[in-house]
Amino acid sequence: MADSLLLGISTDFLTAWNFWIGVGILAGIYGIFTLGLQLNVGFTGIFNFGQAGFMAIGAYSAVVLVVDVGIPFFLALPLSMAITMLVGFLIGLPAVRLRADYLAIATIAFSEVIRITVQNARGLTGGNQGTISVELENDRFFSETWDDISNWMSTNLFDPIGLTGTDFINLPLLVVIWLSLVVLAFVLARVVRSPWGRVLRAVREDEDAARALGKNAFSYKLQSLAIAAGLGGIAGWFLVLAQGSVSQEAFEPIFTFTGYAVLVIGGLASFPGVLFGSFIFWAVYEGLRALELPLASDKDAALRFVLVGLVLILLMAFRPQGVMGKKEEMVLGD
Amino acid sequence: MEASSVAVEMSQRSVLARFRAYAGAYPARVFLAVMGIFAAWLVIKYGLHDFGQRTVNGVVTGSYLALGAIGLTLVYGILRLTNFAHGDMLTLGAYIALLFNVTVGVPFAVAVAAATLLTAAFGVFTELVMWRPMRRRKAGILQLVLMTIGLAFVIRNVIQMIAGAGQKRLDVNTTETIDFIGLSIGRFQLIVVIIAFIVLVGVALMLRYTSLGRQMRALADNFDLAETTGINTERVVIYTWILSAGLAGLAGVMVVGSIGSLNPNTGFTLLLPLFAAVVLGGIGNAFGALAGGLVIGLTQEWSTLPIEPQWKTAVSFLVLVAVLIFRPQGIFGKERTL
Repeated sequence: MADSLLLGISTDFLTAWNFWIGVGILAGIYGIFTLGLQLNVGFTGIFNFGQAGFMAIGAYSAVVLVVDVGIPFFLALPLSMAITMLVGFLIGLPAVRLRADYLAIATIAFSEVIRITVQNARGLTGGNQGTISVELENDRFFSETWDDISNWMSTNLFDPIGLTGTDFINLPLLVVIWLSLVVLAFVLARVVRSPWGRVLRAVREDEDAARALGKNAFSYKLQSLAIAAGLGGIAGWFLVLAQGSVSQEAFEPIFTFTGYAVLVIGGLASFPGVLFGSFIFWAVYEGLRALELPLASDKDAALRFVLVGLVLILLMAFRPQGVMGKKEEMVLGD
Repeated sequence: MEASSVAVEMSQRSVLARFRAYAGAYPARVFLAVMGIFAAWLVIKYGLHDFGQRTVNGVVTGSYLALGAIGLTLVYGILRLTNFAHGDMLTLGAYIALLFNVTVGVPFAVAVAAATLLTAAFGVFTELVMWRPMRRRKAGILQLVLMTIGLAFVIRNVIQMIAGAGQKRLDVNTTETIDFIGLSIGRFQLIVVIIAFIVLVGVALMLRYTSLGRQMRALADNFDLAETTGINTERVVIYTWILSAGLAGLAGVMVVGSIGSLNPNTGFTLLLPLFAAVVLGGIGNAFGALAGGLVIGLTQEWSTLPIEPQWKTAVSFLVLVAVLIFRPQGIFGKERTL
């Protein structure tokens, strides 16, 4: 791209299946990530800015449990999710009492502490600068079990219908991630309509009123944050499966902000909105690569982030409820 | 209640409860005592020389953090705007200085002035285009915070589009050092400390004694009430942005002068230490931000004695979190004062 001088649009790029499957995987992972933000921001009114930190806990704990400790893959996943929820609970204990903007600052600080810890605590993660390759170690390979399933799915489901070859090697992961996303979104949408979810929304609308009705607002906020952390954890271990390694750079605050962009594009207080937002955000964000600009790669990446920034500003200024959000359900803080 | 029974009750309260009551009444004293004990322990364990050198480094870091934190706290105090783009305002100032100093080739002092003025102008621009219209619409916290994050993305990445992601240096000598009583400080770092000190005292005096300063404090105390008393709030807000963004631009140049190089992410990585300084000092409290900046700078550098230096930013975030948990209104000054 760097040496092309004329602005052009590459069309063969649009049929690069492997590339678009990769984009779809990222969209699904950040969709699950953003479901947690939706529960916190859209339905509880707490501004969780530490989601990337929870994602880090999920990713690192899963890898350490499988590769270093030797726990079977399918046992490690619920375990790492439990660890992530526990961390969310512990961070929430002091944090959810804070005012909206203080909570945002506190959670982003916690998430940076987590990231710096995995970057530097070699004894804990065993990785240099927080990077762990999930390849074979101590006869244990993080994604061994998953690879077997993936191969089975390719051979029995996708090969017969012609989706075969290296182009579609990641199709099983894409399907599993988006199935998980849809199921989780469906479950969460049901949950927020349950009596529990009604209290959550009451806390969002008017915490004092909810308290006056005898509801423990603190406890509900804490539960909301812990569930969001768990969702971040799920996104974290899917990220490990997708990337084949885990690195602290994937958990910088900018990824939490990206989650917020997905959230507000889809709309607040709408779980289908998260699916829509993920799809639109990643399709447009990665689709812009098709524009062959006469720019170096770092400048090309910067241009796309300028657009993300402009979308955030314009949406918040002119349509804060997003595309599918409900204005009457929107709480923007006092 | 009789005096004697009060005395009995006092004596019955546990030491811990009495300490908590004292800490609640005099948070700054208790906090400074803790800092003092920490410092004394470091001196005993690592010797006066190592401690002295870390203190010098801490004062340098604290100087540019204090410069940056004042603008962040003023905008929060007066506009209730948690500005996540403030770190990137520092980056903007540094790159403007770079443009003038390296690309155009004017003397460094001129470049510093240009960086301060143009960043201030940019602050006023954001006020006119974004923040004033949003205030009129009574925008909520989430809307404003996400807009500042969007603005941060735009500033950082426009800079990266123009200048690239690589490390840049200013055309000043940042390696020459001055030695005194066995301690060394960069010649430029000394200038940073002096400039920061002069500017901070100037801002403090301005806030305390001038009519504009009084009006700013009035707005921070109660915006609507200040407006009813006939203060031209729009004018004061414009001056607040000039001060906040201008100081951010200046602080950005001072950062580059102190650490030697910059890239488009430099300012953003300083955002959380800046928030730490602001929260420590009490949000909206300009004098507190000054003290908070110094405390964060010192804590970060002192922490490199007992633990490895790559943890130093995490230490300042833990201080931030601890203050938010135990005393969200800050250590210095009263709640919500300027």
